[in-house]
Amino acid sequence: MSHLKRNIVTEDGERFSAGDVPLFKVEGLSLSFRRFQKRMRENDVCVIRNMDLTINAGEIVAIVGASGSGKSLLANAVLGLLPKNAVLGGSIYFQGEVLTPERLHQLRGKEMILIPQSVQALDPLMPSARQVQAVIRSEDKQAVQRDIFAKVGLPQEAGDLYPFELSGGMSRRVLASIAMASQAKLVIADEPTPGLDEKALQEVLEHIKLLAKQGRGMMFITHDISAALQIADQIAVFYAGETIELANVQDFEGRGGKLRHPYTRALWRSLPQNDFVPLAGSQPVAGEYPSGCAFHPRCPLATELCQQQIPELRQVSGGWVRCFYA
Amino acid sequence: MLEACGIGYRYRGKMWLFRDINMRIQPGEIVGLFGPSGSGKTTLAKVMAGYLRPVEGYIVVDGQTSTDRYPFLKRRKLSLTKEKKKGPNPVQLIWQHPENAVNPRWRMSKTLAEAGVTDRHLLHTLGIHDEWLIRRPHELSGGELQRFCLARSLGPQTKYLIADEMTTMLDALTQAQIWHALLHIVKQRQIGLLVISHDKHLLHRISDRLINLNALAAQSAAQSLD
Repeated sequence: MSHLKRNIVTEDGERFSAGDVPLFKVEGLSLSFRRFQKRMRENDVCVIRNMDLTINAGEIVAIVGASGSGKSLLANAVLGLLPKNAVLGGSIYFQGEVLTPERLHQLRGKEMILIPQSVQALDPLMPSARQVQAVIRSEDKQAVQRDIFAKVGLPQEAGDLYPFELSGGMSRRVLASIAMASQAKLVIADEPTPGLDEKALQEVLEHIKLLAKQGRGMMFITHDISAALQIADQIAVFYAGETIELANVQDFEGRGGKLRHPYTRALWRSLPQNDFVPLAGSQPVAGEYPSGCAFHPRCPLATELCQQQIPELRQVSGGWVRCFYA
Repeated sequence: MLEACGIGYRYRGKMWLFRDINMRIQPGEIVGLFGPSGSGKTTLAKVMAGYLRPVEGYIVVDGQTSTDRYPFLKRRKLSLTKEKKKGPNPVQLIWQHPENAVNPRWRMSKTLAEAGVTDRHLLHTLGIHDEWLIRRPHELSGGELQRFCLARSLGPQTKYLIADEMTTMLDALTQAQIWHALLHIVKQRQIGLLVISHDKHLLHRISDRLINLNALAAQSAAQSLD
């Protein structure tokens, strides 16, 4: 998978090149859960099959897909938060090196950090300022924390408040502050936007942009395409546990003529601000994936070939797609 | 007509969430309601659907207040929890998280049976497959579950439907599927629909008219000053 090489200028004016080694790379990732049935027979339920993704420093990659497409499982797999019966295949690279369980253990929380969906993830028994200071490595923790609070628009007094005393918006700013305070190079934001009103939504998007500007790679997991399009550099579309398209933001326009995969096109056209047309059928459930292309039962372009073979991810007009007929 | 007449609500010991709200929904009309978080949209929905008793004012459904329909409420100051005598409420509410709105231990067929929904044609229109009926909630996706919640609330007695962020947790394709099915039914049966959402595009696409809850509250505050 190649990406545009480019130079990124961080906030401090420090220049570094994204270079050949991407910050974060997922290659052919697969994931299944081992289940035991009657009489100790075991079977594997496959939930992720062919997942590919690359994130460079300073880049926001949005992962878009229906629930059940494996978005959150990817985040959990990256951070090693899967249950014991999970069987992982393929490889994950961080700064060019394979992410082994030992390395992951060292890196998570330091080099990689998660912005959780729920504001309930804050420690209820600790004032918010201390939760932010806990991840700061430098000498003067308080000064750094105050600086970050000012950046995200939190009053300094909020630092003394416990999570239950914070409003929903303030808690989200505290969560963003924690990500900013850390030295993490990769930040994973898992569904941070649903149910927010317009103002709060814009605020969350601003935080993500700010984090990327500091030179971090951002994985922005969402099912809200319009939010993704506002800030992302690249959009990865997931369907039934596969990366089916890697598209540029500019491809999402008009009636979706520039999009490569029929699912992405249907998704784009189903937005209320576009044509609002539904597509019959539903995403196959994990363990019941059809043979061949997972989308073929719903696809208007499907042929016999699609029923027999899973298409490879291939490059088409500046993006990547998993379809024979793109 | 579903009417809110000067309703006000506050949680015990708290500030008024809203006061003196007047609103009307005609049969077959689709009204979009929006407002910032914390402005009381969901509480208003609960009051309109009879889950909460308004502190001030009253709700009139096709000329009847809730105490007309349920006289025992006069004696016992209860919210509308016991509705066995006169059948289900003609105003039904759809929640944002369907997984929290159904009994996790029941098969879907039992959930539907409890609500007295037997209309196979309705299930078909909503895109519910027969094989889903024997599943339990955790075996269905959010979109599939939300269809069951809709089916359950669309019994023959339902005249008004309140959809509170019904498709916020769903992807765009599933959202479009569910709305298309619902709009078809609503039109056919002349059901009045109140849609609560943060998604401006969605509201503009489906509503006949829009209400800003903040503006509505400010308006009634101004009137009371006059």
